[in-house]
Amino acid sequence: MNATYDAIVVGGGHNGLVTAAYLAKGGEKAGKNKLKVLVLERYHKVGGAAMSEEIYPGFTYSTCSYVCSLLRPEIFRFLDLPRHGLQVIPYEINSAPNPEGEGIITYRDHDRTRESLRRHSIKDAEAYDHYAMEISRQCRFIKPLLMVTPPDPTALNPFAQNRINPWGKRADLDGLLKIAAEFGRMGDKQMYEIIRFWTMSIGDFLDEYFEHPRWKGFSAASSIIGTALGPYSPGTAYVLLHHYMGEVDGQIGAWGFARGGMGSVSKAIASAAMEAGAEIRTNAEVDKIIVKNGKAIGVTLKNGEEIYAKTVVSNLDPKRTYLKLVEKSDLDAIDPDIHSYAKNFKIRGSSGKLNIALDGLPQFAGLPKEAAWGTIDIGGDFDYIEHAYDDYKYGSWSKRPFLDCVIPTTVDPTMAPPGKHFMSVFVQYVPYKLAEQPWTPDMKAAFEKDVLDTIEENAPGFRKLILHCQTRTPWDIENEVGLTEGNIFQGELTLDQMLFNRPFPGLGQYRGPFDNFYMCGSGTHPGGGVMGAPGANAAREMLKDFKNGVVKAGAGR
Amino acid sequence: MSKSFDAIIIGGGHNGLVTASYLAKAGLKPLVVEAGDQLGGCAVTREFAPGFRSSAVAHLLHALHPRVVADLGLEGQGLRGLCKPVGTGLLLPEGRRIDITHDAAATAASIGAVSKADAEAYPRVMARLGKLATALGTFLTRTPPNPAIAQNDFQTKLALGMFALQLRMLGKKDMLELTRILTMNVADLANDHFESDAIKGLLSFEATLGVYLGPRSPNTVFNLLYRLSSFGKHGMGGLYQPLGGMGAVAEALAKAARAAGADIRLQAPVERILIEKEQAVGVVLQGGEEIRAPIVASSADPQRTLLKLVPPGELDTEFLKRIRHLRMNGCVAKLHLALDGLPTGVTQSDGRLVIAPSINYVERAFDCAKYGRVADHPALEVTFPSLADPGLAPAGKHVASILFQYAPYKLRETPPAVVREQVLDRTLATLEQAMPGLAAKVTAAEVLTPHDLENRFGLSGGQWHQGEVTLDQMFFLRPAAQFQQYRMPIPGLWLCGAGAHPGGNVSGAAGANAAREIIKARKNGR
Amino acid sequence: MTHVQHLKPFLRKTPFFEPIDRLMHGNGWIRWMGYYSPAFFDSEQSEYFATRHGASVYDVSPLIKYAIRGKDAARFANYLVTRDLTKVKPMQAAYTAWCDDDGKMIEEGTIFRLGENDFILNAALHQLHWLDESAYGFDVEIEEISDQLAGLSLQGPTSREILQQMGVQGIEKLPHFGIMETTVDGHWLRIDRAGFTGDLGYELWVKPQDGIWLWETLFRIGDPYKIAPMGSQALDWLRIEAGFILVDADYTGSHHALRPTSRVSPFEAGIGWCVGLKKDAYFVGKRALRAEKEKGLSRHILIGIEVEGRKPAPGSFLYADRAGKQEIGITTSAMWSPGLKKNIAFAKVPPSFVKPGTQMWIEIWYPKEHKIERSMVKCWAANRMFYDPPRKKA
Repeated sequence: MNATYDAIVVGGGHNGLVTAAYLAKGGEKAGKNKLKVLVLERYHKVGGAAMSEEIYPGFTYSTCSYVCSLLRPEIFRFLDLPRHGLQVIPYEINSAPNPEGEGIITYRDHDRTRESLRRHSIKDAEAYDHYAMEISRQCRFIKPLLMVTPPDPTALNPFAQNRINPWGKRADLDGLLKIAAEFGRMGDKQMYEIIRFWTMSIGDFLDEYFEHPRWKGFSAASSIIGTALGPYSPGTAYVLLHHYMGEVDGQIGAWGFARGGMGSVSKAIASAAMEAGAEIRTNAEVDKIIVKNGKAIGVTLKNGEEIYAKTVVSNLDPKRTYLKLVEKSDLDAIDPDIHSYAKNFKIRGSSGKLNIALDGLPQFAGLPKEAAWGTIDIGGDFDYIEHAYDDYKYGSWSKRPFLDCVIPTTVDPTMAPPGKHFMSVFVQYVPYKLAEQPWTPDMKAAFEKDVLDTIEENAPGFRKLILHCQTRTPWDIENEVGLTEGNIFQGELTLDQMLFNRPFPGLGQYRGPFDNFYMCGSGTHPGGGVMGAPGANAAREMLKDFKNGVVKAGAGR
Repeated sequence: MSKSFDAIIIGGGHNGLVTASYLAKAGLKPLVVEAGDQLGGCAVTREFAPGFRSSAVAHLLHALHPRVVADLGLEGQGLRGLCKPVGTGLLLPEGRRIDITHDAAATAASIGAVSKADAEAYPRVMARLGKLATALGTFLTRTPPNPAIAQNDFQTKLALGMFALQLRMLGKKDMLELTRILTMNVADLANDHFESDAIKGLLSFEATLGVYLGPRSPNTVFNLLYRLSSFGKHGMGGLYQPLGGMGAVAEALAKAARAAGADIRLQAPVERILIEKEQAVGVVLQGGEEIRAPIVASSADPQRTLLKLVPPGELDTEFLKRIRHLRMNGCVAKLHLALDGLPTGVTQSDGRLVIAPSINYVERAFDCAKYGRVADHPALEVTFPSLADPGLAPAGKHVASILFQYAPYKLRETPPAVVREQVLDRTLATLEQAMPGLAAKVTAAEVLTPHDLENRFGLSGGQWHQGEVTLDQMFFLRPAAQFQQYRMPIPGLWLCGAGAHPGGNVSGAAGANAAREIIKARKNGR
Repeated sequence: MTHVQHLKPFLRKTPFFEPIDRLMHGNGWIRWMGYYSPAFFDSEQSEYFATRHGASVYDVSPLIKYAIRGKDAARFANYLVTRDLTKVKPMQAAYTAWCDDDGKMIEEGTIFRLGENDFILNAALHQLHWLDESAYGFDVEIEEISDQLAGLSLQGPTSREILQQMGVQGIEKLPHFGIMETTVDGHWLRIDRAGFTGDLGYELWVKPQDGIWLWETLFRIGDPYKIAPMGSQALDWLRIEAGFILVDADYTGSHHALRPTSRVSPFEAGIGWCVGLKKDAYFVGKRALRAEKEKGLSRHILIGIEVEGRKPAPGSFLYADRAGKQEIGITTSAMWSPGLKKNIAFAKVPPSFVKPGTQMWIEIWYPKEHKIERSMVKCWAANRMFYDPPRKKA
């Protein structure tokens, strides 16, 4: 049972690939502790939810995730991703059509946005300055926290806050001090604003600034994407940050399209990983993680093959990892609570996806042509979204859903034949399980019809442009992509599942309950989005353990 | 000018009386000015129909802080004799019910009839929640610290240290559990631990009572813990029905205040706080009378105090914005029914009856409120105070005192007058199943909507707790950041009501904490 | 294909756009709060000298103007700003700051009192949200009227004569910061005696449709008085000489500060004189400002400095010692003054260095034939109002 590898990465999603690349490179100080890494992916290609595929001839679909901005610049740079073919094209426009009048449109250019808003409300246009500033202040606090391991608050001993004390764990103290220092720099007032902001609802927050109902509904969009919450649910203000803290070239809140679709992100990271010496095996589904004496020692594949390694790191979501890949008896031997943590982990999917090949560019109601160059949010005021949410709460898809649409082919000529377009439609809210019956083809067709009807209403003539439409419910996303319950963040982004509580209390530092076992997916801090931060953070913790002799390096060599 | 005072306390609600008592005990001469003709604020007993009396707003006592009880000698004022412990009966569809009482075995048997697993889980889960809540509760009688640690005085630092220690003493597992569940929604928590709709519905009700949130809204577990904190050593250990109604409690407090040497004036509504040279120097009553004192402590809610009683132009813009945006959307209506006799289905031993049969039931009731309507199928808390104290109704007759959730203050289309009808009709319709023939026994009814509560008791937004008890409005954020230590920006002006930490319920903690800070400041000559 | 092809131009044109465009050499257009605004016509040097020797015309229409009216307007305005407005009579203007709760400056600008309860506030940044928030409880109406008035700033020693020649009766009697309204050739005209150049000068406001008339009349009559159009670059020199601070150049407005610590109080910005701590009424930030004044909490003060040599020193570090061991501050705006023949700058220094004449050292990096060179030279604290001719107020 000799370990053949230093590390096995279970799952070749973007985070798994980032972990693999970092490990293979031996961490930030490249070249010193290169590890022998194997990535195991069950699908025939890597990428997980950051995937591009030709589903309809001539068209490249970004089948799951569809825009890019959260990918941390540190990772971009360290893995030299542009050299591996990744290009991110920023887009500058966000809009919301309006079948009954003028739609809302915002631009990267602040003055232009203000002019645009003035047509709806002078008050709101003026308040927008204040609002944008407050969001920037909030982002400034959160950003430094993304690339750190969340400190464990219980490792702190209030009577032992000094460096020579052997009881307190230095790293955790330092981590907390870092947050405290960040807080300190904020000044009193901002500190309060942050505490308040993290627990309040986006509805209440926007009400403090704006009056125009559609503008408020539009602004709330980023706060509910991927959540099982409505705009008036507390905690949604934070989710807004989660979407705003992305950046393209230092422009906070800017989003971009990956040239060639989101699969290009995974492809580039995979290429960087392989260049560094990582081995990637596709069509290799992991069945079980082998645990012996409380130690992870390898994995068993579906075909029965056993592969041994010094460490195992799972890129799968916490539920899948702990309820499917790990034996309950192995968990219970360590701590019987973990199984119930996993069982109670909140991972409800709330969104579906339509990928549509179009014969031409649709025209959206109440919007200028340039709107198609960015995101088009089909929705309405808070009531519209709350009603959509109500349907979901009681186990149905939203009859009039909120839709986040992009047409990347407006800026990226590589994804569709000239003049034709690919449109990605993110649908909120769609339950993983219907209240009355399972997802049957009939149900799925009815769901698709409701979405297309909503688009048609907001873009008259849209239906006639459709060449092909791929529809995915959370049920499909679980079965096809492997995200439990189809949750795009690998676990809901609510405060109870963030920081040191992500994924579970006590396991917030990328280390699993077994020795030599780690987690690196979006189910760990700082959570979902094609960000790569969990992957990089996990790799850093693993390398630390190798360095400190917690894990002995030099597998099979 | 007959008499001079050291402090004027605006409002003779329970917190105002507590503050006055503490100040008087510390040797100050306080004057309580109360707008109405009764002391107690929302804790009063009123006659709502000839011969029928009931607690006007809150009708159950659980949070009165033991420290306040001891310090003010309330036992000596006959408080304990006043209180009758009550259990909770869940009224379920098809006439079934679960009774949760202090008798553990009977409770288990009662839950067990619905779900064996829940009968086993209920005491265990509630004990754990209670343990976590008790750790949180340590902070109820403390002044909230300033998060910039260095800026606190020694006492507050010590309190913070003790609080940290309390959390540490929970142990690693429980401490993490507390950080985890604090922001959770109660529906998830209930689903994690229980299988029966009945118990889940009860938790949903407990966690949303008095906040404008539904069981699926995050942060509702916090409200549950807040409530539970008073069931341990930081409150009275359970639910009690005050004999003679809540007014009896107010009387005990008033007696204590007078005994300590506080002056009290009824029918003295304050028109504005007198401010000279940017200092609060007294109050002006409606009618023009000026009363001066170097300390003005208001037990009115923050919005009333700072937006209405303080004239415009004396406070800063951002601070006022915070106060204006406090979430004070009251959503509980109060119902009093005069009954010819005890309805069927109610027994002599019944205390508190709850109708909230499932999570979705409560959630759907909240959905109505979300869109500015009265709940079609309300969640109800029903008590029959005349069971414990027959004196509240004429011989052989009874009084029902009912909390109706949700009847929102922020209405879209329904005129407030229609709300009253809807609340009554829907309550009777809802109760008809559990108590057949109830409607026929009703001889008189009174409905107090949040609007009525605002108009009669001065509660802005009809919010019972003077500001919703949610994480973003608690601890050092109550009522507003930087002003959590009872001292308002205008020198001489203090807040001593539930709008300040630690918030609502008939607990007296806010009043006691404010008094402590006032006395401290006076000693230090500030 | 690019995005730009589909985007319609959105910058707004003031009524003076056409005549300015005709006089401009090359493209001197820049943005100013959503409007086209001229940065220069030919050279900032000639525009600068026109202001100091003859008269210059600058388009101030993009300034954001808020009308404040209603029963409580006077009380509200006095609550909003730091100056004591009870001392400002109708048809007078005042330069003032307005602050947030913590006494940190949101902006400074001019407030015009047209009647007992009728004010106009001129600002460089959008303020409506703040004004509305502050107006809670007051019976006032606040309206943005930027588009309802077009304005030209006529500055320089010959400006008064030009207006006299235009037929403005009584212009010679208009005091510094006075306001008058008149009619010339049937056109309504509001004139205030203020400006951003520190010289004799006036601001002329007309209805937008009269803009072209005003422009043409000024240039027709002003020709013998050496009138010239001016852009913002020359104006920047003039205002530095006059000691006027500029938002986003010399300080960050409190609402635009990302870090709370980068906000400044009026004391720190060196305009403490317009903080009316003695005024009877409370105003936003007064408690904080009083505490700052009484407890000496100002961290630094923006002063004027004169610098040795002739290398302009924008964004340069100041030191207490020649060796550069003790850093004490930094300059904001800086220039070589062609009129005064002095090297001047604004500098943020600790309060102990404020006394005029205090010597400090300054580190200047400057380009020298494709190289960047460093020099460490002396500088002295000075009155920030470097240029203050008697005619400004006469």
